[in-house]
Amino acid sequence: MKGNHMKELTKGFFKENPVFVIVLGLCPVLGVSTQVSNAIGMTAGVFFVLLFSNIIISALRNVIPGSIHIPAYIVVIASLVTVTEMVMHAFVPAVYSALGVYLPLIVVNCIILGRAEAFASKNTMLDSALDAIGMSIGFGMGITLIALIRELFGSGTITLFPVGDFGGVINIPWFYDNPVRVLSLAPGALLLMGYLKAFFDWNTSRKKGK
Amino acid sequence: MAYIAILLTFIFINNFILVQFLGLCPFIGVSKNSENAIGMGASVTFVTTVASVVTWAIYYFLLVPFQLEYLQTLSFILVIASLVQLLEMVIQKISPPLYKALGIYLPLITTNCAVLGIAIINITNSYNVMEAFTAGLAAGLGFTLAIVLMSNIRERLDLQPVRRSFRGMPIAFISAGLMALAFMAFDKSLITNLHLV
Repeated sequence: MKGNHMKELTKGFFKENPVFVIVLGLCPVLGVSTQVSNAIGMTAGVFFVLLFSNIIISALRNVIPGSIHIPAYIVVIASLVTVTEMVMHAFVPAVYSALGVYLPLIVVNCIILGRAEAFASKNTMLDSALDAIGMSIGFGMGITLIALIRELFGSGTITLFPVGDFGGVINIPWFYDNPVRVLSLAPGALLLMGYLKAFFDWNTSRKKGK
Repeated sequence: MAYIAILLTFIFINNFILVQFLGLCPFIGVSKNSENAIGMGASVTFVTTVASVVTWAIYYFLLVPFQLEYLQTLSFILVIASLVQLLEMVIQKISPPLYKALGIYLPLITTNCAVLGIAIINITNSYNVMEAFTAGLAAGLGFTLAIVLMSNIRERLDLQPVRRSFRGMPIAFISAGLMALAFMAFDKSLITNLHLV
């Protein structure tokens, strides 16, 4: 059954990519994708919450009564988000303040409740954990791609985390002098999302046509 | 005057959908025809307004006295979930056709970022209860404005020839982007120029 486990892990990457194919949880994707570092911080938050919520909900799937399953899931997810908030506030305050309201909003991120409802409530703990890892990687790739494009073209920089002498910001020569400012602003996020979604739809239909 | 400033800020300058991207799921999902869009907008406005006041009261009368501020996220989402349940029952009783039309999307208000978003923003901006009420109302109105405009655009788009790969969601995003571009005309300086603060 090893192949099945691998499938649970890799389906989140492309086939069921949460950002571009299922199109769930877009608020943080568009909201914090102004800088690559924020996108990575958001991915870390979503990864932690999704992994543990999937594991806990999968472990409790036979205990939680059907009629109150949604409130029960929300309590589990909200507790995990609170933990994430406190940890980020304590150890990476810069990321915490950059993510702002979008960090507590992980609670209502459709990806997490969606995976709990559609997957973790029906599958074993191992499969749920693999599903969570795959989905988080898919989410991370989606949000990082959008952040990379928006930051590179919008302001000509790539912001990572400062380590030692490295200040954390890379200036890209030509793009830095000729920024397309609209991409780093709100409308750019929506326009870019539209074009990327069109590209992925086109790609899917082209593969089906073959 | 401060209340007018809050209204303008949340309806136009920081429009929840077009500037802050809060509540995008119903915005894309329910904006296919204008009737449903108005229904969705009205229910979201109702929920954001009531939720703003209730969460404000919970924060300042329950969490602060007992120094439980860290339970903010957890308690807010539970209150919002119960509120939505209540609204669902009320609508089912008063207007079955509207209940039927909103169907699956009404429970989704619980997981609408706009509602939890405004509750948290009220606390972050340390508004008093009247300001929180105004902000909740304005956020809902801004959401309604955007979703109704969007539904009208999409009704017309249905009649236009659109490339196959752009049909549906991509063209909706691009239209929303162009609308957001227009909303950029509402700048923060509007508030200072009108001498509202």
